[in-house]
Amino acid sequence: MIFKNFTKEWFSNVPKDLLAGIVVALALIPEAIAFSIIAGVDPKVGLYASFCIAVVSAFLGGRPGMISAATGAMALLMITLVREHGLQYLFAATLLTGFFQILAGWFKLGDALKFVSRSVMTGFVNALAILIFMAQLPEFRNTGWTMYAMVAGGLAIIYIVPRFTKAIPSPLICIVVLTAISLLTGMGLRTVGDMGELPSTLPVFLFPQIPWNWETLAIILPYAIPLTVVGLLESLMTATIVDDLTDTESNKNRECMGQGASNIVSGFFGGMAGCAMIGQTVINVKSGGRGRLSTFVAGAFLLVLIVVCGTWVKVIPMAALVAVMIMVSIGTFSWASLRDLRIHPKTSSLVMLTTVAVVVLTHNLAIGVGVGVLMSAISFARKAALLMRIGTAREEGSDERTYTVEGNLFFVSASAFARAFDFREVVQRVTIDVSRAHFWDISSIASLDKVVLKFRRDGTEVNVVGLNEASATLVERVAIHDKPGAAANLDLH
Amino acid sequence: MNHILTCTDGSLYAPSIYEHTAWAASRQGAAVHVLHMLDPHRERAELSDFSGNLGLNTGDELLTELVNFEETKNRLARERGKAILEDARRRLEAAGVQRVTTEQLHGELVETVTAKEEDADLVVMGKRGETADLAKLHLGSNLERVIRASIRPVLVASRKFVPIERFLIAYDGGPSVEDAVQFVMASPFLKGLPCHLLRAGRIDSKAEWYLQEAAAKLRDAEFDVTATATAGDPAEVISEAVKKDGISLLVMGAYGHSRIRQLMVGSTTTEMMRTCHVPILMFR
Repeated sequence: MIFKNFTKEWFSNVPKDLLAGIVVALALIPEAIAFSIIAGVDPKVGLYASFCIAVVSAFLGGRPGMISAATGAMALLMITLVREHGLQYLFAATLLTGFFQILAGWFKLGDALKFVSRSVMTGFVNALAILIFMAQLPEFRNTGWTMYAMVAGGLAIIYIVPRFTKAIPSPLICIVVLTAISLLTGMGLRTVGDMGELPSTLPVFLFPQIPWNWETLAIILPYAIPLTVVGLLESLMTATIVDDLTDTESNKNRECMGQGASNIVSGFFGGMAGCAMIGQTVINVKSGGRGRLSTFVAGAFLLVLIVVCGTWVKVIPMAALVAVMIMVSIGTFSWASLRDLRIHPKTSSLVMLTTVAVVVLTHNLAIGVGVGVLMSAISFARKAALLMRIGTAREEGSDERTYTVEGNLFFVSASAFARAFDFREVVQRVTIDVSRAHFWDISSIASLDKVVLKFRRDGTEVNVVGLNEASATLVERVAIHDKPGAAANLDLH
Repeated sequence: MNHILTCTDGSLYAPSIYEHTAWAASRQGAAVHVLHMLDPHRERAELSDFSGNLGLNTGDELLTELVNFEETKNRLARERGKAILEDARRRLEAAGVQRVTTEQLHGELVETVTAKEEDADLVVMGKRGETADLAKLHLGSNLERVIRASIRPVLVASRKFVPIERFLIAYDGGPSVEDAVQFVMASPFLKGLPCHLLRAGRIDSKAEWYLQEAAAKLRDAEFDVTATATAGDPAEVISEAVKKDGISLLVMGAYGHSRIRQLMVGSTTTEMMRTCHVPILMFR
C-alpha cells in the first residue's frame, strides 16, 4: 500500500518541492534551536530531532507535503523532565511517545479527531501561537535597546522585503542582514553559538543510558502521554489544514504511525520528540511544496546547512531567530477568530477561549484540548436535549389521553421527559406514542420506567407504542416496567 | 460482448482511438461509453511564492488564492472536455456506432477505469496521451498503470488507424496469453481474420508442442492459423514479424513481471508498444 502512489507522491512536483523544502528549512532552524533552549537541552538535540523527524515522516507520514520536526508545543512539555532527570530520560520518553503514537495509529485513533470541534482547534492554534510568542520573551531579559531594535528591524525585513521580491525568502534576508549587522558593529549580542553545542556531524545511533526498569517507566510515562496526545493533535490538525489547502486527502492513521516511527528514530539518534508544525507547513504549501520530497528536503537541507555552515550558524544573533519565531507565532494565530468572537455562538466562543486560557495557564496543550472537548461535548448534549417535544391530546369526553414523544431521549433530556406528564389528571388509559423518539441510554429507559410505573400505581392503564427497534432492544434488556413483578397484569401495558 | 469503454483525452491519438473503437464496436455490435477524465493534478503545485514569511491569516489568504486560481483553470478544462466528448460522439456516430454514451468525471484515470470496466468487455485507449512526449518515444503516463490494473482486455490504439486484416498472437505460453487465446476464440471480435501464432525466445520441443496445441485449438474454432517458432529476442522477433507479414493487430499478454523486475531487466511489453506501430490488444 505504501508504494502504491510512490512516484506520484515523491516525484510529481520535483523543482517546486526542492525549493519549498529549502525555504522551509530556514524556518525550521529557529524553532529547533529556540525550543531546545527552552527545553533545557543543547540546540543539537532539537536540530537532530528535526532532521530525523522530517526525513522519516517524509517516507512514512500520511500527509505528503506536511512538515514535521522538533516543535515548540512538544518542547514545552519536556522542561521538568530534563531539569529533574536529564537528557537520557528525554530520549527514553521520546521513544515511548513514538511507541504510543504507533499504537494510536494501529488502533485507528486518527479517526477520533472528529471529536475535536472547530472551536477547540481554533483554541489550540491560538494557544500554540501565544506559547510560541511567550517563549521568545526570555530572550529579551537583561538586554538593552539593541535587542529590541534588532528584532523590530528583523520583523520589518520579513514583512517589507516580499513587497519587492518574492524570489528570496525574507526570513533568510532577515537572518543574513542581522548577522552582518551584529558582526560589523560588534554589539556583543547573544548568538546561537552561546546557547550550547551545535551538531558538527551526522547524528549517530545511541541507546538511551537509563536503567530499563519500572521506575524509569514511572518517570517517563507522565511525560510520554501528553507528548503523544499533543503530537498527534497538532499533526492531525496540520494534516487537515493541508488537506483543505490542496484539496487532496491524507491518511490520518498512517500519519499517527509515521509520527510514531519518526519519534522513535529521533529518540535513538539523540533527538527529542516532535510533530507536525502548522506555521512551517503553511510556508511549505505557499512555496509550492506538495510532495513528500519537500518534507525530505526540508530535513536534509537543515542538517547540511548546520553541519557544513556550522561556523556561520554560530554567529547568527538570537535576535534574528526571535524575529523569525515571532513571525511564526503571528502566522499561526487565527486572527479571524477574534473577529468571529462576535459572530459565533456564545458557547463556541466560550469553548475556544477556555481552551486558550487553560493552555496558557498550564503550558500543556493536552489539558487545554481535553477541557475544550469536554466543554463542547457538554454543550452539545445540552443542545441535543432541547430536541425533544411531548405533545398531548385527549378527545372530548373520552377517558383516554395520548402523549406523543418526539426527539432524543438520553441522560440530559430524561428528567424533562419525566416531568412532561400530568399525573394529577384522572383518566382510565394513557397511551405514550414514542414512534418519533429514540431512547439512547439507560437513563432515558429509567425515566420511562418511572413514568409507566407511576401511572400504573394510580390504576391507570399504560400503553407504550411505536418503540423503534434499537429502543425496543434496550427496553427489553434493562427496563423493569415490562417485566413480570413490576406489575401484576402484563397486558395492561 | 456488447460494451466498450473508450478513454480519451482529446490528444493527437483521439481520432485514431475513435476509429479503433468504431471498428471494435462494428465487429460485435457493441455500445460505446466514452470517458473523459478531469484530473486537476493536485499533486503538482501551480502557484508558488518563495517569500517564506507568514503574515496575519496567511493560511486563509493562501486558500482563497488557490481556490480562485483553480476555479478559472478547471472551468476551462471542463469546457474543453465537453467539446472533446462532443467530438467523440460525432465521430463515433459518423462511423456507424449506434449506441454512444459519454461521461466526464473528476479523478484519476486508473482508479476510474478499474471501477467502470466491471460492465465493459473491452477497454480502448491511446498509446500516448496529451502529456507524453512523442519525440522521446515515451508512452502515455497512464497506459501501463491502466493495463496493469485492468481486468479486461485493453486495446491500445496506434497513432493511425489501418483497417484490421490479419492479427498476430505473441504466444509466450504464459497465463495472460492463454486468456488472450480464449478471448479470441470466444468473441466475435476477430472471427474470420487470418491468425498468426508466433512463439519467440528460446525454442525447445516443449515450447513447440505448446505452440501446436494452441494452434490446433484455434483451428478448431475455425481460424486460419499460421504457427511459427523463431528463436531470438522476443521484442525483435515480434516486431520483425509484424512488419514482414503485414500484421495489423498484435495480441499479447502484458507485463508478466513485477515492477521491481521490470526496473532491472526492462519490459518486453513496453518495448513492443514503442517499436510496433500497430494497435495492440493487451491481456493481463
